[in-house]
Amino acid sequence: MLSNGNAAEGQKVSGDPTLERIAQGEGLALCAAGNWTARFAPALERIVSDAEKLRGTRPHIFIDVSQVSSLDTFGAWLIERLRRSLSDAATEAMIAGLSANYSSLVDEVRRVGTAPKVDSEPLSITVMLEQIGRTVVGIGGTIVSLVDMLGAVIAATGKVLIHPRSFRLTSTVHHLEQVCWRAVPIVVLITFLIGCIISQQGIFHFRQFGADIFVVDMLGVLVLREIGVLLVAIMVAGRSGSAYTAELGSMKMREEIDALRTMGFDPIEVLILPRMLALVLALPILAFLGAMAALYGGGLVAWLYGGVDPEAFLLRLRDAISIDHFIVGLVKAPVMAAVIGIVACVEGFAVQGSAESLGQHTTASVVKGIFFVIVMDGVFAIFFASIGM
Amino acid sequence: MPEQADDAIIRVRDITVQFGKTRVLDGLNLDVRRGEILGFVGPSGAGKSVLTRTIIGLVPKVSGRIEVFGVDLDAASSGQRRAVERRWGILFQQGALFSSLTVRQNIQFPVREYLRVSQRLLDEIMVAKLVMVGLKPEVADRYPSELSGGMIKRVALARALALDPELVFLDEPTSGLDPIGAGDFDELVRTLQRTLGLTVFMVTHDLDSLYTACDRIAVLGNGKIIAAGSIADMRASQHPWLQQYFNGKRARAVVAEP
Repeated sequence: MLSNGNAAEGQKVSGDPTLERIAQGEGLALCAAGNWTARFAPALERIVSDAEKLRGTRPHIFIDVSQVSSLDTFGAWLIERLRRSLSDAATEAMIAGLSANYSSLVDEVRRVGTAPKVDSEPLSITVMLEQIGRTVVGIGGTIVSLVDMLGAVIAATGKVLIHPRSFRLTSTVHHLEQVCWRAVPIVVLITFLIGCIISQQGIFHFRQFGADIFVVDMLGVLVLREIGVLLVAIMVAGRSGSAYTAELGSMKMREEIDALRTMGFDPIEVLILPRMLALVLALPILAFLGAMAALYGGGLVAWLYGGVDPEAFLLRLRDAISIDHFIVGLVKAPVMAAVIGIVACVEGFAVQGSAESLGQHTTASVVKGIFFVIVMDGVFAIFFASIGM
Repeated sequence: MPEQADDAIIRVRDITVQFGKTRVLDGLNLDVRRGEILGFVGPSGAGKSVLTRTIIGLVPKVSGRIEVFGVDLDAASSGQRRAVERRWGILFQQGALFSSLTVRQNIQFPVREYLRVSQRLLDEIMVAKLVMVGLKPEVADRYPSELSGGMIKRVALARALALDPELVFLDEPTSGLDPIGAGDFDELVRTLQRTLGLTVFMVTHDLDSLYTACDRIAVLGNGKIIAAGSIADMRASQHPWLQQYFNGKRARAVVAEP
């Protein structure tokens, strides 16, 4: 910054701004000299603040600027500010010695009025209560907009079913590649590791009762019913939900969605339906792959760490789980995908003009997506328990 | 044709810029003299913005040498570079205002970072800059998304001028402004140039700006400067693009104005 101390700055030190006070009979002359520029703004401000204290001491005050070697907006404004502060009913301050070069600049700053005040509300009980109230109303608003979006998506689906030609296959395939195909490596890796961990922990604790083999039951039921789909849904919410919100949000910011609408296209049909469909197809596939990877990882650890050989593992797995467990897991996947997709699209469309707003809504998309996924999982658990699956 | 000028504030020598296999600038030479307003024109896609962005260091170059204020930007230390950056202001084509800051905060941002001055002076300077670019102080607490296109341009100029730079890059400053606003803008650039001794590097398509505001014009074509000089030189040139540009229907309309 100013302390870089290169050659150019070394020379300019001699040009430090000054304001000399010279008495002239009744009046006073303030002689400005040196560089009155932005570089010296902190020093200038001090000089001018000091000089402002002269207000009302003399009947005439001149501000002589003929010795100023360079002047910019900062300097011109501070001189003008000094002139204003020194002028009152009795005293008249004048600026003298203004060169033709600088007079238009001083004229320019003469038009400057006072800055509008920033109104900042003090933090008080009422403000806090108001914020709580707004948050509660906001929650209601969120639910309404989610239902609204769900309705719009269903309506758009209906329209596409009636006119299948308006369906955007290319876009759907593109999104399917993004959210499904490209997500496979990370999903498989993470679920594989989780399978390993569950198996290792199970064996470690079950061994105390000599019940090592039951780890297969636990692994099978847990992975197929709950962990597989839940974990994958959370990963998809973080990976694809956030991407949807950011894409739609930046399109909203640049008025691309308005442009689409004015051309007679329905943004729900063009943008949201392909994304939703891709997600609804992708999540069951990913959940299946994830469950397989977790079982494989669990089996591997059971073999290497627990001494359960693969044949025994498979036999036990066949006894322990039924097709019901598998169906329970997979049925949940498309519903969770729909929830994630709807939340992401609502948040994307709610983005306002600023980058900050885009960040807030992307965060909200992931947080709400994961929250609703877990809530849905709870609802499903109660449902399947009561129908005996 | 490297024209030599001793008082060059920007000196560009043999600049080559390439994107993949497309060569955008090909051994380009250009001098911008201290205190002048240089209008920079050329067909769309010729690389006007690329040259601007190369000079300010946003686009990497394959070869060549750029000096600004006599400092070779490739050889400069980060401290020297910052000192140079503090002395120039840039108006981007789309304004590039920080969308999460208000107009007030946008204009005060560079001042606050570089100078230790009181909040009072920050506010006063902010109002002074707003008045200079022809805006009312009431817009100070609006966000960029609440401004019209022309207002964004003006606020962006106010921010570019916040530190009273010696050199200003303007990328299509009058595009998107109404003709009266554009005329005021040209006038404003002229006034600032005269009062602050500003050097202005202006990429523009506005013939009015070229006629009223610019001291000198440089024309870009095929990755090189194909002509540089006054309006009269441009009109006298035999180059087909220049003929069309400066003697076309729109140009004649501008010249015919009283």
